[in-house]
Amino acid sequence: MALPFYVSPEQMMQDRAEYAKKGIAKGRSIIAMEYADGVLFVADNPSNSLFKISEIYDNIAFSGAGKYNEFESLRKAGIQHADVKGMMYSREDVTARSLANGYSQMLGTIFSQEMKPYEVELLLAQVGETAEHNELYRISFDGSIVDEQRFTAIGGRSEAILTLLRKESPEHCPSLKDALTLCHSAFERVSDLKPSLEGLEVAILDRTRKGRKFRRLPIQEARRILE
Amino acid sequence: MATWQAQTQQSLPHSGTSIHQAPALPHGTTVLAFTYQGGVLIAGDRRATEGYQIASTRMEKVFQTDDYSAMAIAGAAGPCVEMAKLFRIELEHYEKLDGQPLTCEGKANRLGQMVKANFPMVLQGLVVIPLFVGYDQKRAIGRIFKYDITGGRYEETDFHAVGSGGKDARLTLKEHFKKRLSEQDAIQVALRALVNAAEEDVGTGGPDLFRRIYPTMKLVDHQGVRDVEESVIAALCEPLMNRHQDE
Repeated sequence: MALPFYVSPEQMMQDRAEYAKKGIAKGRSIIAMEYADGVLFVADNPSNSLFKISEIYDNIAFSGAGKYNEFESLRKAGIQHADVKGMMYSREDVTARSLANGYSQMLGTIFSQEMKPYEVELLLAQVGETAEHNELYRISFDGSIVDEQRFTAIGGRSEAILTLLRKESPEHCPSLKDALTLCHSAFERVSDLKPSLEGLEVAILDRTRKGRKFRRLPIQEARRILE
Repeated sequence: MATWQAQTQQSLPHSGTSIHQAPALPHGTTVLAFTYQGGVLIAGDRRATEGYQIASTRMEKVFQTDDYSAMAIAGAAGPCVEMAKLFRIELEHYEKLDGQPLTCEGKANRLGQMVKANFPMVLQGLVVIPLFVGYDQKRAIGRIFKYDITGGRYEETDFHAVGSGGKDARLTLKEHFKKRLSEQDAIQVALRALVNAAEEDVGTGGPDLFRRIYPTMKLVDHQGVRDVEESVIAALCEPLMNRHQDE
């Protein structure tokens, strides 16, 4: 019997991480940014039927970058988890923190135990009663989880976008118009293809809404806001 | 208990074949729905009974199920509220997974399946009969669906009412319903039907001016679902209830 080749664990993890990163780097980016009344999501997404941003629960939104089928299955799992939990206990017991934990567990297990890691990055946001209670989480392909403040980005050009936003984002919470302008210009500057407003998917978690806070902003409305 | 159960079980399977045996109708409620100019109105009384006792005077029987639909329920309170809650969650769940809400027809069918799934409980005496209304955005009309205990789904074009006072409410609606009523008139007609039902039926609670308990109503139109303000209903209640007073 031939002995299998020895591969050191470090090497194996590094290979997997590289594989996943390569996959994510091909994907387009998504920004989440806190604004005066909630959280704004902007995704570089030319399709207006296949969404990258979606509602998970009353005050929680999700977006995924990377391989579509993979983040789509994670999105569905999240909705399932949230709806079951909300029905068994109460609607207030569904939190982004516990969802982010669940995602982190799932991605971590997949990264170390499956044949192939998921080539995805996730962004989870919860809008709070006040701006101090907003929560932003970024979860990577290996299950590592980062609790972010004010803004965050995932996907292919996320590093470039983050560098740009760190430099230009205002100290205080911007208005929806300012936040959207900033996100739009960030996309324009880091991308080679210069996505027009039509190529963006925009959604908000608006704390002034009653019940479900998530709302998609159609392009006409986004344009009106920018004017 | 034993005799009561035997009675229900006996009356149910034969309800279709014998006209002498009444089917197991839900007790202690009047909920109604009818179309009006903008869409559809749905309303219900507030009384819940336990045998000859009044279990609650402030029960809510009309529920918003999503942005463009609502339901009202008659039957055993526990399973009724449970079904309304579950139905609401299911509609939201579908909308989130699929990215768009179900059509009005789809929602009505899904509710029919839920009523059907409840059939074993009906044999135990726990009946749930919903009344479902929705605004059909494609056709721009309000629609009404009624159900039987087996999950059969029937669309009504004008009006319907269920519960122990349902028949009395239907009689009033038959007299006063007109196509394309204005919103104001629709509220008036709904209230009249509920007051009449409460006068005829012990299981239905009328407006309680002393404790300020009024029927609840929702309007479902192209803008979505909204409650009729309690103050609006209260203002209409008093003249309606005093109409038989001697001069």
